[in-house]
Amino acid sequence: MASHATTAPETHGHPALQHHFENMEQQREAGTLGMWVFLVTEIMFFGGMFLAYTLYRSMYPAAFASASNHLDITLGTVNTIVLIFSSFTMAMAVYFTQTGKHRPQVLCLIMTLVLGLTFLGIKAKEYSDKYHDHLIPGRLIPGNPYNPVVAEHGDTDPHKLHLLEGATKEKVEMFYWIYFAMTGMHALHMIIGAGLLTYLIIFSLKLRFDPEYHSPVEVIGLYWHFVDIVWIFLFPLLYLLGRHLEHG
Amino acid sequence: MSEHIVPVRIYVTIFLVLLIGTLLTVWAAFQDFPWQLNTIVALTIAITKATFVVLYFMHVRYSTRLIWVILAAALFWMGILFALTFSDYWTRDWISIGY
Repeated sequence: MASHATTAPETHGHPALQHHFENMEQQREAGTLGMWVFLVTEIMFFGGMFLAYTLYRSMYPAAFASASNHLDITLGTVNTIVLIFSSFTMAMAVYFTQTGKHRPQVLCLIMTLVLGLTFLGIKAKEYSDKYHDHLIPGRLIPGNPYNPVVAEHGDTDPHKLHLLEGATKEKVEMFYWIYFAMTGMHALHMIIGAGLLTYLIIFSLKLRFDPEYHSPVEVIGLYWHFVDIVWIFLFPLLYLLGRHLEHG
Repeated sequence: MSEHIVPVRIYVTIFLVLLIGTLLTVWAAFQDFPWQLNTIVALTIAITKATFVVLYFMHVRYSTRLIWVILAAALFWMGILFALTFSDYWTRDWISIGY
């Protein structure tokens, strides 16, 4: 292939153009399509967990409402806003890459990463609170197994479990299995997303992306927005489902 | 380049819509609506927010037909997942088979 190395490429060769694509546009569309196919598998994956949630919630409505009311609604709301903000900065990062504005592009990527890490920090605080209230299900956590203190009538201690009529500690444990499975998988996706953003920041500092070639920013953006959408559903389903029964 | 670049104005609008949706869903959660309306309101707001993210942040509104088909297929198959599972669970006590 020595002759290839010496002759110039036939197409108006962008250095990022792979040989099996006709031009940059075809390459970009193929990349976007591939990311969407991956996101379909993600929809199926999270769909299974949403199915488990719906099933057990229909079986144990009172326990799910009681357990949900124990979650910290302030931290949950703040985290939702943090994540929506990060989706916005991600969208702006794609915009600034498309329009070739390098400094705001890097800035938006860094902001997205910082907001993503803020989300994970707040999530860690919530998990730690649940650990101290003995709400980690099963016997996986040594020294602090699932054993919440059930509040008597009239007791308003937020660390105790306030059971609505028909709820039991065992059924509440089912909610927490699902809560930790779903928010845990979501947090894992956030951690992977933070890694991808780090890659984007490093390579955009190396001026690797431009209006012709911005597929990595675009497809990682798609992934980031998808993770945001999962949270858009998790937040009302996990945090808000029993609030109207709280003082009933 | 035939690529559509979404203007900043639209991104800011969607961001504000998502913020308002979040505050609205928190407010609605504390209202004691009759029947199952609390869940329905929460899901309606969530689906609306998700639709805005998909159409504008994820550029689906400006994407090729192929992307629309891929997304529709995903939602259709998730519909099957829910429909078939619940057609089983919701009808289990309709008949008794003698044990």
